[in-house]
Amino acid sequence: MNDTTLINTTMNHAKVLENSRLGWLLNDVAGKRLLTVVLAAIVIIPLLNLLVPPDSFFHVSTYTVGLLGKYLCYALLALAVDLIWGYCGILSLGHGAFFALGGYAMGMYMMRQIGDRGVYGNPLLPDFMVFLNWPELPWYWYGFDNFAFAMLMVLLAPAILAFVFGWLTFRSRVTGVYLSIITQAMTYALMLAFFQNDMGFGGNNGLTDFKDILGFSLQSDNTKVALFVLSGLAVILGYLLCRFVVASKLGRVLVSIRDAESRTRFVGYRVEHYKLFVFVLSAMLAGIAGALYVPQVGIINPGEFSPINSIEIIIWVAVGGRGFLYGAVIGAILVNYGKTFFTGAFPEVWLFMLGALFVVSTLFFPQGVVGIVQQLKQKRAERTAFRTVAQQSGASTESTPANDSKILQEPAP
Amino acid sequence: MMKTFLNIVFTVALALLFSPAMAEEDSFAQLLNELGGTNLSKKATALDQLAQLDDERVLPTLEALMNNALYQQKSDNQFVFAESAADGMKITSVVTGAVLDEAVSSRDLRKIITNNSLRSRARNLVAATRLMNKKAEVREAAALELIKSPNIEFLQPLDNAIAREKVPAIQQALQVARGAITLDHPDEIERLKAVQAMDGFEHKQVITLLEQRLQKNADGSFVEPSALVRTTAQEVVDGLKKSEMFYKIIEDTFFGLSLGSVLLLAAVGLAITFGVMGVINMAHGEMIMLGAYTTYVVQLLMPNNIGASLIVAVPAAFLVAGLMGVIIERGVIRFLYGRPLETLLATFGISLILQQLVRTIFSPLNRSVITPEWMSGSLEINGFLSLTYNRLYIVLFALAVLFGLMLLLKKSFFGLQMRAVTQNRAMASSMGIRTGWVDAMTFGLGSGIAGIAGVALSQLTNVGPNLGQAYIIDSFMVVVFGGVGNLWGTFVAAMGLGVANKFIEPLSGAVLAKILMLVFIILFIQRRPRGLFALKGRFVEG
Repeated sequence: MNDTTLINTTMNHAKVLENSRLGWLLNDVAGKRLLTVVLAAIVIIPLLNLLVPPDSFFHVSTYTVGLLGKYLCYALLALAVDLIWGYCGILSLGHGAFFALGGYAMGMYMMRQIGDRGVYGNPLLPDFMVFLNWPELPWYWYGFDNFAFAMLMVLLAPAILAFVFGWLTFRSRVTGVYLSIITQAMTYALMLAFFQNDMGFGGNNGLTDFKDILGFSLQSDNTKVALFVLSGLAVILGYLLCRFVVASKLGRVLVSIRDAESRTRFVGYRVEHYKLFVFVLSAMLAGIAGALYVPQVGIINPGEFSPINSIEIIIWVAVGGRGFLYGAVIGAILVNYGKTFFTGAFPEVWLFMLGALFVVSTLFFPQGVVGIVQQLKQKRAERTAFRTVAQQSGASTESTPANDSKILQEPAP
Repeated sequence: MMKTFLNIVFTVALALLFSPAMAEEDSFAQLLNELGGTNLSKKATALDQLAQLDDERVLPTLEALMNNALYQQKSDNQFVFAESAADGMKITSVVTGAVLDEAVSSRDLRKIITNNSLRSRARNLVAATRLMNKKAEVREAAALELIKSPNIEFLQPLDNAIAREKVPAIQQALQVARGAITLDHPDEIERLKAVQAMDGFEHKQVITLLEQRLQKNADGSFVEPSALVRTTAQEVVDGLKKSEMFYKIIEDTFFGLSLGSVLLLAAVGLAITFGVMGVINMAHGEMIMLGAYTTYVVQLLMPNNIGASLIVAVPAAFLVAGLMGVIIERGVIRFLYGRPLETLLATFGISLILQQLVRTIFSPLNRSVITPEWMSGSLEINGFLSLTYNRLYIVLFALAVLFGLMLLLKKSFFGLQMRAVTQNRAMASSMGIRTGWVDAMTFGLGSGIAGIAGVALSQLTNVGPNLGQAYIIDSFMVVVFGGVGNLWGTFVAAMGLGVANKFIEPLSGAVLAKILMLVFIILFIQRRPRGLFALKGRFVEG
């Protein structure tokens, strides 16, 4: 099955690329639909929030905007995970760590922005440092009062960790389950470290009590809406970037690594370089998601590093449809909406639901929601084809639309 | 006539036979009565006389007096020991030792009035009585007590005891106790003797005492004026510190081994499911949790037999967790063989469900499991080294489990089938082995052992829904570090990590030690991706 998938995939891609230079985007029908929906959301929802009076039926509350913004951050994170898991077969159980690192970089910037408005009124030191009697700002906090530097760190901190970790692991060919387990150990170790007060990241409580970002108050509706729009844009750009990567020649090498790593290596590709590249890219995307997430929820604490968070990301992707970028986005939003709904309505039931989701989706729907939709489509197409055959006997059944949408289907375990 | 005579003879004989005991009885009761009076000086003499009696009831009486636990019942003036119980006071007769009542109102009791000097007199008498006690361990404990709190008042009783003591070890302890008192004696010779008596006596307190003598006063002069005594003391301290260091290493190693045993227990089940079958069971921690909760339930079912409950809990936990394992294998994992990442996700889902199940049934709060008496306390080797029983038992238990498991795998028919299936499934199947059944049983075995680990862990930590999560990552680390599919590897890895952790801990703190261990393993896997003891053979791609 691996071989045929590989050949199918490669041939389909060749066809796609032949069509036009923008084929990677134009042929992605479902992706275009998804991008249109997100784009519409980030145009319409702010208008409904800011312009429509609060008592109107069409008004969208600021709370909802914040919630949707959060989902969009998760969607970006899911994209990052789908990029490595769906297309390169790297199951990272520690991607929450990169998300949290990006979040911490953003949090440190906003912490410095508080200045002397903190409880203790110290212009230089954040409150928790004053509380712990720190004499001065530790060196690794330098520069975080500068927005550009902080944003650079949002990208670099996860990237450096991913580079070092990936360089060590991929070079020594740690793969599959072993890789999953040590990524989990990585995020677990980071969680333990960040819980320590003397690490200088606020310990247990993390970073919170943020006041403003770039001078805009975090309490105001305008800022919240702006953050929502930014998150939406990030998802769109992130999607385009991932789509570009997976549709490129590099992307095809990634898929072949996923399906037959040794064979790809024997053919002459430096497998570890490809893996490292995509791993670091994915970590940076996760970092951006974290940086957008923190100002919207107003807190970042070591709990974000906990292994269970990272595993939850995997389930978003699995539910949405592994190996379909738009599936990851759909999965993240769907599962998180379910989480918000169930933790509000039946808090007892949520973990049962989530657990059952894991079991059911792996047992019965290995392709997630996208897979279900495609199966349905395929069945309908087959029926239509059958009817056509019945009507005009002798016609071929081969060129059904189902074959075109088969791109990158059925990722190997 | 004859009858009367016989009667008299009989009575006299009886009286002669029992007179000493009866006299004793009389004096004990009489002295006790005097304690009940109001005259404090009379009470003091009564105390002294009481201490002279050779009677087992004297010591508890004096101790009760010392601790304000001696009462008289208002109704019949009977002397009782009283302690607070669930509802009211529990009282025990001083004379007969029988429990009189479990719930008496404190209003029905009259406390025996004492004052400070009376209580300290009682304390001294208790110490002196203990030093003369018939049981060697009581005498030794009394001597050690005196080393900890030297008091000039005990010099006389100590000298008496030294003169009488026959057991050499206790004799030395008594000498040290005496030395602790005479360390600041005005006479240099006495001080020197005191220091020399302490030579080689392995007890932390001795080092503290001697070091105090070696310090300087505020004005720069030494606490110990004599240079000779100082050098002797220094030599003694150096010698003791050397042996203290030695015992510290032993103690740390033991602690490390006990930590390693916990890791081993938690990981050995995983070594079966993950190592032998290749199934990533993320619900493994929850199997441990189920075992711990089984212990809790067993204790609820037999509240009067806590000591035995733990022994009942071991097979019960094995069955509960093992059954759950079989259900999981037949229900879910069976469909996912050869797809390790999917198995990981599905079993993670199961772990969430089990956690929530436990939360719903038992509440999210931690449940406390009672430690039976035979597990508490510690084995005192000497003043420097004592090993707590619960750790000792855990080490032994872990070794027993490992040994039993190896025996099962290597010697039993089931073990043979199991190894056959893991080595070559198709061939085993064609030889007539029911591979599906073997899979289910193997998974049940691994889960059941996790359940047994839960029984052990319930004695060390709180039993709560998150118990399993705390151990899952550690367990995986141990199995991966040791090398998959190798029980010896698991054993060496667990013990090695436990001991290493314990030795790093004082240098860096507990959490950092743990982080360092994780980083070490992550780096180690880079060097040897298949663990310490990798299986050799044609395993190209896992």
